[in-house]
Amino acid sequence: MSEKVNELKLKLLEDKTTSGFWLYVMTDCILFASLFATYVVLHGNIAGGPSGSDIFQLPIVLTETFILLTSSFACGIALLAMKQGKTKQMLGWLATTYLLGVAFLTIELTEFSGLIGEGHGWQQSAFLSAFFTLVGTHGAHIFVGLLWLLTLGLVFFKRGMSEKLKRQFILFGLFWHFLDVIWIFIFTVVYLMGVA
Amino acid sequence: MFGKLGLDALPHDPITIGGVVGGTIALIGIAVAMTYFKKWKWLWQNWITSLDPKKIGIMYIIVAAVMLLRGLADAAMLRAQQAVFATGDGGPISPDLFQQVFSAHGTIMIFFVAMGVIFGLINLIVPLQIGSRDVAFPFLNSVSLWLFVAGMVLINVALGIGEFSAAGWLAYPPLSELQYSPGTGVDYWIWSLQIAGVGSLLSGVNFIATILKMRRKGMTLMKMPIFTWSVLCAMVLVVFAFPILTATLGMLSLDRTLGMHFFTSDMGGNPMMYINLIWAWGHPEVYILILPAFGIFSEIVPVFSRKRLFGYVSMVWALIAITVLSFTVWLHHFFTMGSGAKVNAFFGIMTMVIAIPTGVKVFNWIFTMFRGRVKFATPMLWFMGFVVTFTIGGLTGVLMAVPGIDFQVHNSLFLVAHFHNMIIGGVLFGVFAGFTYWFPKFTGFRLNERLGKYAFWLWLVGFLLAFMPLYALGFMGAVRRLDHYDPSMGWQGLFIVAGVGVLVILLGVGMQILQLIVSIVQRKKNMVTGDPWDGRTLEWSTPTPIPEYNYARLDTVTERDEFWEQKQAGTKDRRNVKYEDIDIPKNSGYGPFIAAAAFIVGFGVIWHIWWLALVGLVAVIVLIIMRTLKEDTETTLSAKTIASQEAKLWSKTI
Repeated sequence: MSEKVNELKLKLLEDKTTSGFWLYVMTDCILFASLFATYVVLHGNIAGGPSGSDIFQLPIVLTETFILLTSSFACGIALLAMKQGKTKQMLGWLATTYLLGVAFLTIELTEFSGLIGEGHGWQQSAFLSAFFTLVGTHGAHIFVGLLWLLTLGLVFFKRGMSEKLKRQFILFGLFWHFLDVIWIFIFTVVYLMGVA
Repeated sequence: MFGKLGLDALPHDPITIGGVVGGTIALIGIAVAMTYFKKWKWLWQNWITSLDPKKIGIMYIIVAAVMLLRGLADAAMLRAQQAVFATGDGGPISPDLFQQVFSAHGTIMIFFVAMGVIFGLINLIVPLQIGSRDVAFPFLNSVSLWLFVAGMVLINVALGIGEFSAAGWLAYPPLSELQYSPGTGVDYWIWSLQIAGVGSLLSGVNFIATILKMRRKGMTLMKMPIFTWSVLCAMVLVVFAFPILTATLGMLSLDRTLGMHFFTSDMGGNPMMYINLIWAWGHPEVYILILPAFGIFSEIVPVFSRKRLFGYVSMVWALIAITVLSFTVWLHHFFTMGSGAKVNAFFGIMTMVIAIPTGVKVFNWIFTMFRGRVKFATPMLWFMGFVVTFTIGGLTGVLMAVPGIDFQVHNSLFLVAHFHNMIIGGVLFGVFAGFTYWFPKFTGFRLNERLGKYAFWLWLVGFLLAFMPLYALGFMGAVRRLDHYDPSMGWQGLFIVAGVGVLVILLGVGMQILQLIVSIVQRKKNMVTGDPWDGRTLEWSTPTPIPEYNYARLDTVTERDEFWEQKQAGTKDRRNVKYEDIDIPKNSGYGPFIAAAAFIVGFGVIWHIWWLALVGLVAVIVLIIMRTLKEDTETTLSAKTIASQEAKLWSKTI
C-alpha cells in the first residue's frame, strides 16, 4: 500500500510543481510583454541621440542568437540523455549549455559596454532606456538561469541523481527554452525591425 | 557609507513626530510585554515560522487590521483639515504633509488593508473549502506573507526616516520623477509596493495551482464552492496584472535611480505610457479585491436563507465575464487625457458592459433570499448594507463610464465618493461579513451579535454621511486632494457633514474593537461546534479547533453543497473509520529571513546605500538556494496519532 501511496504523492507533487512553474513562466511573459510594449512606444523617441540603425550590429546579434539557440538545443539533448539514464552524456551537454550561456552573456555585456563607452548609455534617450531595460532584463534572466544550473550541478555532484533533482533539471529546461523564445522576439522586434 | 541618509531624515513636523513617538512607544510596550511573559519563542515557533495556511491567514488579517487603523487615522486627518481648517490660513497640517497623508492613505488602504485581508481570508478558507490538507506550495505561501509584511514595515519606516510620497496613491509621472519629487518619498512608495507586490504575485501562482490541483476527488470545477470560484478568478487576475505592476514600478525606479527616461517629460520620455501601464494593472486590481467579496456574499446568503444559491452556473459565468472584461476598460481612468472620441467611446461601452454580469450577481443573491427562511444575523446585515451601497456606487460608476459626463466630474470628489462606495460599501462590508461568518470556525466562539449589529449600523450611517455629501461637492466643483479652498465656494457645510460621518465610522470601528474584546472575554458563553451556522460547504465539516491537517480522511465529494447533503443523509458513524499517515510540512524560518533581506534591498536602494542593497540581494539569493537544497522538509503524523487526535476532537464537538 505505502508504495502505491508514495507513487501517487510523487505524481501529485510533480503535477503541481510543473503547473506552478508554468504559471510562473506566464507571469514572466506578461512582465516581458509590458517591457516590449514600452519599447515599441518609445523606440522612436531618440531625443537627438542615435537610433537603432545607428548602433545595432547585426552580425554580432546574429552570433548571439545562434549561440543561445545552440545552448537551448544542447539543453534539450541533455534532458533526453537524463531520461535515458546516460549521466555522462547529460553532464557533457549541460556543460555545453552552460558555456554557451556564458558566451552569450559575455557578448551582450561587451555590446552594452561598447555603447556606454561611445556615450550612448541609457541616460541619453527614452529609446536607449527602453533598449537597455528590455535586453538587460532578458540578460538578467540568463544570469539567473546560469546560477540555477550551477546550483543543480553542485547538488548533483554532492548527492547524486534523485527524482527531485530530475524534476528540477526539467524545470530548468523549460526556463531555458522560454528565454530562447523571448530572445527570438527581442531579435525580431528590437534588432531586425530596428535596422530595417 | 550611508548614501543619502543623514540626521535630517528624522521627522521635524509635530504631527509626524507625534505619530512616530506613539508608534515607537507602542512597539516597545509590546516588546516588553512579550519579554515579560516569555512569549518570543512561542511567537517564533507557533506563528512566524508556521507554514499552516490557517495561521498565515490569521497573521495577514492582524497586519491588515493594524494598517486599517493607520489608514483611518490618515483619513480622519484629511477630513478634519477640510472641514475645519481649509478655509483659513492652513491649520496644523502643512500642504506638503497633507499630500503625503492622502498618498499614504490610498496606498495603505489598497495594498496593506484590502489586499491583506483578502489574502488572509483566502488562506483561511480556500484549502478547507476544496477539501484539501494544504496549499500547493506551503513554503512559498510563507514567503508571500512575509514579503507583504516587509512592504508594510517599509511604508511605515517612511514615517520616521525620511518622508513618504506626495504624488498620490498611483504616483503619476512626471510629478513622481526625480525632477519634481527629489526626496525619498516616491522611492519608499515604489519599494514597499514592489516587495509586497511580488508577494501577491507568488500568492496568485500558489492559489491557482492549489485550486486546480489540490481539490478533493469528485469536486469538479462546477461543484466548487462559489467563494473558491471567485478566488480562482481573482488569482487569474493577479497573475495577469501584477507582472505589469512589477515592470512599471521597475521602470519608474530606473528613471529615478539610474537616470533613465521612460516617463520623464524630457529626453523622449512618455508619462502617458506609465498611466496606461499602471491602470492596465490598476483596474484589474479593483476586481481582485471585489471578486472575493462577491464570493463571500455568495456563501453567506444561501446559509442565512437556508436555501441553495440561486443560479450557481450564471454566478460562475458572471465571475468569468467580469474577469475577462476587467482587462478591457483601463482607459476609463483617463478619458480626459486626449485619446479621442472613438477610443473613449469603446472603453465607455466596455465599462458599461461590466455592469451586466455584476447585476446578474445582485439579482441572484436577492432571488436566493426570495422565499427563503432568512435569518438577519450580523453577516446578513452587512450583506443588506452592501446591496444598497454597492448599487449606489455601481450606478455612479456607470454614470462616469459616459465620457461626456466623465469630463465634468473627472478628478472631482464625485469620483472619490464613487470608489469609496465600491471599496468600503463593496469590499470592506464583504470582508466584515466574511470575518463574522468564519470567525467561530477558527476560534470556537461566536462574535457578540448585539455589538456587531451596533457596529454595522454605525458603519452604514457613518459611511452614508461621509460620502454622500462628496457626490454633491463633486457636482459643485470641489476637486479631490484639496487642502485649502475659499470660503465663498460654500463647500464647508458639506465638508463638516462628511467629517461627522468619519467620526461615526470611527465609532463603528471602536464598536468592532469592543465587540472583539467582549467576545473574547465572554467566550465561554458563546462556545460553538465546528458548524455554528448550519453551513453548506466542506469547511464546516471539520471539528473546531481545526486539526493541522484539516481532514483526516479524503472522502470523495459528490455534491455542490457537499456538507449540507451529508447532513441531510444523516450523521456519519465515526467509530470504525480507517486513517492513514499524513505528511505535514515542517516549520521554516526561511520565509521571514528572505523577506527581511528583501527589505534591506529596498531600504538600501531608497537611500542609495549601494553596499547594503547588494548585501541584501546576495542574502536573498543565498537564502533561496539554501532552502532549495534543504531536504527533509516534511514530517509524518502516524495513522495512530491521527486516530487518537480525531477521537478527542470529535468527542469535544458532539
